[in-house]
Amino acid sequence: MQYTTLNTVDGLNQAIATLLGGLMDHEVVDAVMVPTRQPHGRVVMQSLIADRAGLANIDPFAPVVTTSAAKQVAALTHRPAGRPVAVVLRSCEVRGTIELAKLHQSHLDDLLLIGLDCFGRYENSAYIDLAAGDEHLSTTFLAQATGGGGTTLEGVEITTACQACEYPVPGNVDLRLAVIGADVGKQIWVEALSDKGREALAALGLDTEEGTPEGRSSAIADLTALREAFKKQLFEEFTARTDTMDGLREVLAGCINCYNCRVACPVCYCRECVFVTDTFRHDGEQYLAWAEKRGQLKLPTDTTFYHLTRMVHMSTLCVGCGQCSSACPNDLPIMELFRTVSEQTQHRFAYHPGADPQEAQPLAVFYDEEFNEVTGQTK
Amino acid sequence: MSNEFEPTITAFLCNWCTFTAADLAGTSRLAYPANVKIIRMMCSGMVDPKYVLKAFLEGTDGVFIGGCWPGDCHYINGNMKARRRVALLHEVLGRFGVDRDRLWLRWVAASEGNMFAETVEEMTARLRELGPCVMKGEKVA
Repeated sequence: MQYTTLNTVDGLNQAIATLLGGLMDHEVVDAVMVPTRQPHGRVVMQSLIADRAGLANIDPFAPVVTTSAAKQVAALTHRPAGRPVAVVLRSCEVRGTIELAKLHQSHLDDLLLIGLDCFGRYENSAYIDLAAGDEHLSTTFLAQATGGGGTTLEGVEITTACQACEYPVPGNVDLRLAVIGADVGKQIWVEALSDKGREALAALGLDTEEGTPEGRSSAIADLTALREAFKKQLFEEFTARTDTMDGLREVLAGCINCYNCRVACPVCYCRECVFVTDTFRHDGEQYLAWAEKRGQLKLPTDTTFYHLTRMVHMSTLCVGCGQCSSACPNDLPIMELFRTVSEQTQHRFAYHPGADPQEAQPLAVFYDEEFNEVTGQTK
Repeated sequence: MSNEFEPTITAFLCNWCTFTAADLAGTSRLAYPANVKIIRMMCSGMVDPKYVLKAFLEGTDGVFIGGCWPGDCHYINGNMKARRRVALLHEVLGRFGVDRDRLWLRWVAASEGNMFAETVEEMTARLRELGPCVMKGEKVA
């Protein structure tokens, strides 16, 4: 692998802005989509920057993902402009983007994919509070995390989804902004993973080295091991208390059918969710029939049905970003629920969402000789 | 009247093979348990997983999807799609303790009336062992 070193002594965002600006100056891309500080509310959101001046406010390592950028990439490319754009994404967003591309809801051809090493994100409201007290929160956070000080700031933890994320380093990107293992106050690395990435670095005239930056591999292994251990314990405990229908209903008891989880989900791919169609606008007579059959009927109805259907639709594609849990107004452990189901469904189909753009989605293909154990019949 | 548990089976049968087999079982005067309630589909590949989930949530104890043998599908490969969907449903339902034996996919050709009757017999016996399904929403759906 080729990589180049970015000097960050004058500021991390400044160094990345210079890199991204160079891509625009050398006409490698026409614009960049990158997490950027907004003029109001201390919010950091993806912004499509076409004028170099806008790069002054970028903050790609801000530990917040207000909404999965996989959906923004889909908005940008579902009808491609045919012009080159760089997009700066985290691992979960890259994997979501790849799954949407397989569904033809995103197109990767025009994109220069730039991945970010990720130590996790805070919930949106927690981030805004933390950012209010620290002008340089991103640097503080990265310095602490890369220095072995963990990801908890002022007693606030990153999201549970991030603590259980085994993919801190994004794959399938052209370039990667590498911070794990780096002394971020001095330097970070830019790794080129594809021909497109190598050509981009060459266009900028940056000197590259071969190999992996010193100390990076072991730092990644340590972080991944920590996450894997957290995930294992979390999933085991959660599965144990939800391995019955009663356990499931206990978890879903607070669900109000707002469907925020599927709006926030980057891989919930239906253009229109069946649960908001007339199929689920039952007649008054129907409600009374249900109530009479059972004695009483909880309203709104179809809650368990909704979640089970969503599991059937998207669990094989779940990338574990945790946006479902973040979007839940009643703090239900939707991420834990869906990820523990996903582990089983993805294992059954030996499918790894986002791992390989060429790998077909489980329900998009079928073969004559497979899953014979389902019927147990042979001719 | 007996107080013993009698399971309900919701059967989604392909028009061209398994439904025809059920018809043949009837015209051949083969006896099979009255526990099965048949819904005729144009193809096993038309069985949306939502139908299966809904049947369970509404109180059925088992779901039987009947399709054509591989290679015999009237629509070329609908049965192959059904097989992947059932594999997926087995995983999702199994995660919440619903026994895989509550959801059967079986290939039954139009000429196999006896096999249809036997399959319903077997499934009914198995569901009697398993008892009432826990997916039924008593007060919530």
